[in-house]
Amino acid sequence: MAESLILIEHDCQQVKRPSLHAITLARQLGGEYALLLLGHGLDGIAASLVSYGASAVVVADDPALAEPLADRYATVIAEAARKRGAKTILGTSSTFSKDILPRAAALLDAPMVTDVVAIEEMEGSISYRRPINAGSMLAMVKVEGERRLLTVRATAFELPAADAAPCPIKRFDFDAASLPNGIQFISREERKSDRPDLTEARVVVSGGRPLKDKETFERLVGGLADALGGAIGATRAAVDAGMAPNDYQIGQTGKVVAPELYIALGISGAIQHLAGIKDSRIIVAINKDPEAPIFKMATYALVGDLYQIVPQLIESIRRA
Amino acid sequence: MKILVPFKSVLDPNEATAAGAAVSTPKSVINPFDEIAIEEALRVRERGEATEIVGVTIGPPAVDEQIRVALAMGVDRAIRIDEFRALDPYAVARILRAVVEKEAPHVVIMGKQAVDDDSNQVGQMLAGLLGWPQATFVSKIEFLGNKTRARCTRETDAGLEIVEVDLPAILTTDLRLNEPRYVSLPGLMRARRKPIEVLTCDQLGTSVRPLTTVLSVARPPRRSAGTRVESVEELITKLKQEAKVI
Repeated sequence: MAESLILIEHDCQQVKRPSLHAITLARQLGGEYALLLLGHGLDGIAASLVSYGASAVVVADDPALAEPLADRYATVIAEAARKRGAKTILGTSSTFSKDILPRAAALLDAPMVTDVVAIEEMEGSISYRRPINAGSMLAMVKVEGERRLLTVRATAFELPAADAAPCPIKRFDFDAASLPNGIQFISREERKSDRPDLTEARVVVSGGRPLKDKETFERLVGGLADALGGAIGATRAAVDAGMAPNDYQIGQTGKVVAPELYIALGISGAIQHLAGIKDSRIIVAINKDPEAPIFKMATYALVGDLYQIVPQLIESIRRA
Repeated sequence: MKILVPFKSVLDPNEATAAGAAVSTPKSVINPFDEIAIEEALRVRERGEATEIVGVTIGPPAVDEQIRVALAMGVDRAIRIDEFRALDPYAVARILRAVVEKEAPHVVIMGKQAVDDDSNQVGQMLAGLLGWPQATFVSKIEFLGNKTRARCTRETDAGLEIVEVDLPAILTTDLRLNEPRYVSLPGLMRARRKPIEVLTCDQLGTSVRPLTTVLSVARPPRRSAGTRVESVEELITKLKQEAKVI
């Protein structure tokens, strides 16, 4: 039975919620789907996945997979796809999937489509819609061949319900000793934050170049985010200037967000940035320049000096 | 050490998206991420760690213009794979595999994605086809162990990560790796004398057929401009009563 195989991402403690959105696309495809989990010490995470209507949670658990090294992960994913006869192998658009799935595609001799936002049945086969040119255009892509790999934009698909009868958890056995050994994990920057994850937050407050420096950025962007219980984002310019870390970057080459409320502080609205925010429900833009391009797409526009406006805003919200 | 830098010609992303783009003929440039890869290769050579930088691109004779720019930046010689068809990332990766097998570089440095197609696949696919290690989205590269390994800082969704890869390897560049240099006039003069080798897929002994086809391209629905508010109080009122979001 042809099935889809969905790569689920986690941080060793819990599933990363955006990676569950790929399940919604798999449901649209029809047919069975299995969830694939790679790592080490996965019992708890696997157990949290049994109610998503999958045929199985397939678990590749081994010390050799403790870190997400592309050469090893791609090898195991390709092997699992072959053994299970999976036709569509998909993951959520993230640096994790984008690092690993194209490599798995090469191992499977199959094409791949990045950042799928919709599927459509055309001429008896499934075609995929995806943004190109920093989201300024949408392409419809047809794929030949039996097997294909996809990354899925989480913001374009709902979080699936977890209300199905529990499915089995199946151990995927593979020869860990024969895995590639060419990439060594050295370290990862650990930064604890009490703020919600940028791609999952209901409110995102973002800052651009006018925030000047790290302290000002934290005081104004961070202060407003905290008042609203939101996450922090940044433009490329703000990250390049060292005001915010790289993983705060939103846009064509950074993260794509679609919160209920997006507040842009001192962001003029380069197309590369707008590509990452345009599906937000409400966009508030605060900018000194009345001609800033972001005002053309903002739900609410406030022209003025953010050094005066943002502290007032924080105070009004805190008072309320 | 020999470095291979694959690069792609794309329509100038700044010009193509500018308001008046419709009336001017858009000009092509080296994909910005690939330009960063070229710059990095040049810096590695300037540190005395590389002896030769070979550039490779795929396209019709028109892309020679971008090849000249790469040569003017300092690439030693270039290969153009003569190809008129629209290719997909997997086809590009398979052609590049043949080039890598011919050139036998110690490292391949290339952009993480092309800013027109935004696929972010070719480097990883090439690494998979060759069975080479990969480090994607890198913002720092150091060669270690008498150039047997590369230590790379990667920009991931969770923050910075450091990995070491055995060479030969594929490294794909992120934005903050470096700031590419401008092409100088003497550079452009020197570039005229540098060789461009033109090869067909047949000559490379590879035949590829793209497996994905773009059926249509359309503009996404536009968000329209909303309401101008005059004060913080008005904004808060709108967010509460109209948008019901706070």
